[in-house]
Formats: sequence, C-alpha cells, structure tokens
Amino acid sequence: MIRDFSIVFENVDRLLIGLMNTLVLSTSGLLLSLLIGIVFAAALMADNRFVVRLTRALVDTMRCIPFLLLAYLVYYALPSLGLNFNNWTSGLLAIVVYNAGYMAEILRGVWAQLPRESIDAGSAFGFYGWNLYLRIILPQVVLAAIPMIGNQSIQVIKDTAFLMIIAVPELTHAASSIQSKYYVPFAAFISAVALYWAMCSVIEAGVRRVERIAQVRR
Amino acid sequence: MTSADLISLLQGAAVTVALSLAAIVIGVPLGLGFAILVWRRIPLVQLIVKTYVSLIRATPLVTLGLLIYFALPAVGLQTGPVTAAILTLAINTTAFNCEIWRAGLMDFPKDQLDSAQAFGMSWPHTFRRIMLPQLARTCLPALVNEMTLLLKGSPAIAVVGIVDVTRAAVRIGANTYEPLPPFLLATALYAAIVFVFVRAQRWLERPSKLDEVRV
Repeated sequence: MIRDFSIVFENVDRLLIGLMNTLVLSTSGLLLSLLIGIVFAAALMADNRFVVRLTRALVDTMRCIPFLLLAYLVYYALPSLGLNFNNWTSGLLAIVVYNAGYMAEILRGVWAQLPRESIDAGSAFGFYGWNLYLRIILPQVVLAAIPMIGNQSIQVIKDTAFLMIIAVPELTHAASSIQSKYYVPFAAFISAVALYWAMCSVIEAGVRRVERIAQVRR
Repeated sequence: MTSADLISLLQGAAVTVALSLAAIVIGVPLGLGFAILVWRRIPLVQLIVKTYVSLIRATPLVTLGLLIYFALPAVGLQTGPVTAAILTLAINTTAFNCEIWRAGLMDFPKDQLDSAQAFGMSWPHTFRRIMLPQLARTCLPALVNEMTLLLKGSPAIAVVGIVDVTRAAVRIGANTYEPLPPFLLATALYAAIVFVFVRAQRWLERPSKLDEVRV
C-alpha cells in the first residue's frame, strides 16, 4: 500500500495538472455562469410574461437533466449542427450552460425574499431598470446568496469529474490514467478524493468568512 | 432511430430507476441510523460518521465509482458492475440523507422528548411513536430533493460499465450518426422520472385522516 502511494507521488505532476484543469474549468465556468445567471434572474423577474416563460422553460430544463447528458449533447450533438469545439471547450461550455440555470434560480429565490424597502428607496432616489438592478438589488442578492453559490461551486467541482468521460484531462482523468498505467487503483483514486476534499473545504471556509462579513454589514 | 433503439433507451431508463431505487432503499434508513449516532453524540462513532459525510459530500460520483470498481477487487472483494454501481450510489446518497435526517433531529423540539420521558416512554418507543412520524414529514421534501439529485448523478455509473439511459443514448447516437434525437428523448425520460418522484412526494404529503383528528 505504501509502495502504491509512492508510485502516485512519483506521478504527482500529472495529478497536479489534472487539479489545475479542474480548478480552471470550475472557476471560469462558475464566473461565466454567474454572469449569465445574473441576466437570467433579471429575465425571470421581468414584467414581460413572454420573457419570463421562455427563461423559466430554459432554466427548468437545465435543472431537470443530468450534467453528463448535457456534456454529451454539447460534445456529440453540436458538431452535427456544424458547431465544433474541442473536449476542453465543450466541457467548459457544458458547465456554463448547465449552471447558468441553477445560478438564475438561486439569485431569483434570494431576490424574491429581499425586503421591499431598499428597492423602493432606490427607485425613490431615481434608480430604475438595469441601473436599479445592478447597483441596488444585485449587491444585496449576491451577498445573501453566497452560501448557496458556495454549495453550487462544490457541485460544479464534482460535476467536472464527469468530463473525464469526454476525455477532458481533469483530476479524475489524471488519477484514472495513473491507475491504468501502474495498476494502483486505491492509491490513485484516494489521492484524487483527498484533493477534491481539500478544494471543497476551502470553499466551505470561504463561505463561512463571507457570511461573517455579511453579518457585520447588516 | 429505430424501434429497437427506442426499446434500448427504455431499458436504460429501467436500469437508471432500478439502481437509483436500490440506492435509495439502502441510503434513506442507513442515513437515519448514522444521523441518530451523531445526534446521540456517541463518541468516536460520531467522529467517524462526520468524516464519512464530509468526505463523500466532496467526492464526485465518477471518482467514487472508479474507486469502488477498481479498488475493491484489489483488496480481494470481487464485485460485478451492478454491485459496484449500487454501492457507489448508496454510499453517496447515504451521506447526504444522513445530513438531512441530522438537521431534522437537531430541530426536533426538546419539550416533546421531555414529555415522552415524563410519560415513561422508552427511547425506542419514543422514537417510533413520537419522533419518526414527525421527522419523516419535515425531512421528506429534502429527501426527495436528494433523490432527484441522485438520479441526475446516476449517469456516473457508466464508468463501471452499466448501460443506463445516458449511455444508451450515446450508443444510439454513435450508431446512427444522429445524436440529437436519442439525447432529446433521454432528456424527456429523465424529466418524466423526476416528475414521478416529485408527484410521489406530493402524494405522501397529502393531509391524512390523522391530521383532521388532530385539528
């Protein structure tokens, strides 16, 4: 067993490259999906009923299908429509599209719970439309949504593991390639699990910190 | 897509539902058992359960599946794909169910336990007659939510060689060079399965005759 772990340790550079890919995919995917989610949340709270229905259908579809199915859809089905991406971009695209729906739903939920006073005060001061949304509503919504966004971030990190199936060189893919070369299944995958655990612990600690800051602000 | 393709997709759906249900049947009661161990602050056991929950919450299903499928035979336990798949899903969902039950237990009003004790009820009796009926109610929405999450994570078991809906759709797409129709059909199948779970929750939550008596 110790010998197995030392084999993994000798190949730690491969594991770290996988970890880097997982980190880059998750953070860029999260940021992009949060940006799209911000627009979608506004669409979900819009006055125009057509806009609301269309966005609702889109968001609900994303929340209904498994992530892997969407990744396959982007990877295999988009090329048949003439859109070609490599594995890495397909993976990122799948993460962004999938999580934009979840982010929109998280932000909308928090927004609906927001006290009316600050929004009314904002409009009394002459803020309206996007200006009101981005400067008055959104900062409060994002701050209050941090715990849920943190949970979603953990979900995203775990979802990136699915991307090994479409040959994206992320952490689980790296562990799997070490295991298939040296046949050290336990050591390879346990090392990957430990790294996932570390990433999630960092996020949880970060969320707790932000929650404390949010409490002080209130 | 031929009718044979359609049948293989439906078979995949049956596999997805069967394996997920197996994991739920194992995971819901086991999660409750673990939650009680933490709630009663059993030393050491509580620490082990907490570590297990924290680890599994952070582990992707794909990684867990690969670990179980490849590492168990290495320590001498031979598992087929089906056993490995059920184990993977059950180990995962048990951890999340444990968290849900634990939250329910923490919120359980203490005065009810005190009154049960005052009436001379034993702990198993209190649990069965006082706690469980209420816990099941309060935890049900979260448990069903976790079941739908499990269903959405279940395509991960493709890595141990199980042909579920997603895998069946990929195969059909690869054979016909037209991946879009099977993928869309698979999407509809998942939506239908999740819908059934949510409806089952509504049905379980329906007001019972007991409630009327209580009011």
